[in-house]
Amino acid sequence: MKQNRSWQIILNGLFNENPTFRLVLGMCPTLAITTSVVNGLGMGLAATFVLICSNVFISLLRDFIPSKVRIPAYVLIIATFVTMAELLLEAYAYSLYQSLGVFIPLIVVNCIILARAESFASKSRPWPAALDGLGMGLGFTGALVIISSLRELFGSGTILGLPVFGEAFQPALILVAAPGGFITLGLAMGLINWIQNSRKGEM
Amino acid sequence: MSFSHLALIAISSMLVNNFVMAKFLGCCPFLGVSGKIKTAVGMGVAVTFVMALASLFTWLVQYHLLVPLGLGYLRTIAFILVIAALVQFVEMVIQKFSPALYHSLGVYLPLITTNCAVLGVAILNIDAEYSLLEALINGTFGGLGFLLVIVLMAGIREKLETARIPAALRGFPITLIAAGLMAIAFFGFSGLIK
Repeated sequence: MKQNRSWQIILNGLFNENPTFRLVLGMCPTLAITTSVVNGLGMGLAATFVLICSNVFISLLRDFIPSKVRIPAYVLIIATFVTMAELLLEAYAYSLYQSLGVFIPLIVVNCIILARAESFASKSRPWPAALDGLGMGLGFTGALVIISSLRELFGSGTILGLPVFGEAFQPALILVAAPGGFITLGLAMGLINWIQNSRKGEM
Repeated sequence: MSFSHLALIAISSMLVNNFVMAKFLGCCPFLGVSGKIKTAVGMGVAVTFVMALASLFTWLVQYHLLVPLGLGYLRTIAFILVIAALVQFVEMVIQKFSPALYHSLGVYLPLITTNCAVLGVAILNIDAEYSLLEALINGTFGGLGFLLVIVLMAGIREKLETARIPAALRGFPITLIAAGLMAIAFFGFSGLIK
């Protein structure tokens, strides 16, 4: 029973309340850094790390933070873990650090993290909060990987830097440029809606 | 530091490297609060104001507090604190001196703390090693660029309400696609600056 509940929290973040496709949170990094799968994966995992740590911490401190100053307190806790992630990436994955650029410090203002702090971590014990962070983080990572693989595949004809199509392939450069982010995400969401609508029709 | 150099920064941050269209900063309010032109104007004005002030104060914090003390690694934490305090302060000042403006902006002011365009402009100013005046211009015109696109987007969305759209694309997806087409249009500005 207990294990069931744990799985439920993780799966909730992955599918039912997927932060990108369902809750529509954290749009800026989703649009900006999904030009290649490596970037998407890196950003997703960095955000997952921050989500798990901040969720656990906020959950531990939930009885001590006065509700009036809770938002600044949460932001400060989140900023601490983001700084840690930033320093770790700079030390151990410098090329990723450079290609994500300003979007690493901007994890602080990623609405997913603050939203989970407010709506989940501040009301639950540390273990479920950690699981929620994991589920949400993986849901975010999954969405980033889906969008970035579409953009990398059609925009530069590669996956993880390896060429997929033959030499005759003309990459659609617009997809890796700024407008492609908006359009790819819009079409991906439309596709998900369409699949769900047609499923409903079958039932 | 000639006038044309400053004008170049202004045009660049407002149009060519527009915060929303080219840098993807401030997408959440851009997509969330662009339903009606009136609220979009309110949000845009508030963001412009805070971006200008944030550019000024974070620059001062960086070069007169963090750098002399050797605390450069605390930048993210320090900046988000400055911005949160600034937003709170702006809220109180507006409430005191212009209750009318406060009521029209009211709801949007606290939201600005988590607008990544504000933290984004602060960090980009430092990364680009701008002087105080350059940072101020970058912030102000970046904010005006945000105002421009959010109002344009609200206009488009008011028209979309009555348009015939495939069921699956209704709502969020069509907004994103419209934003994508707008971003293509903003590509046209890239010829302005060599």
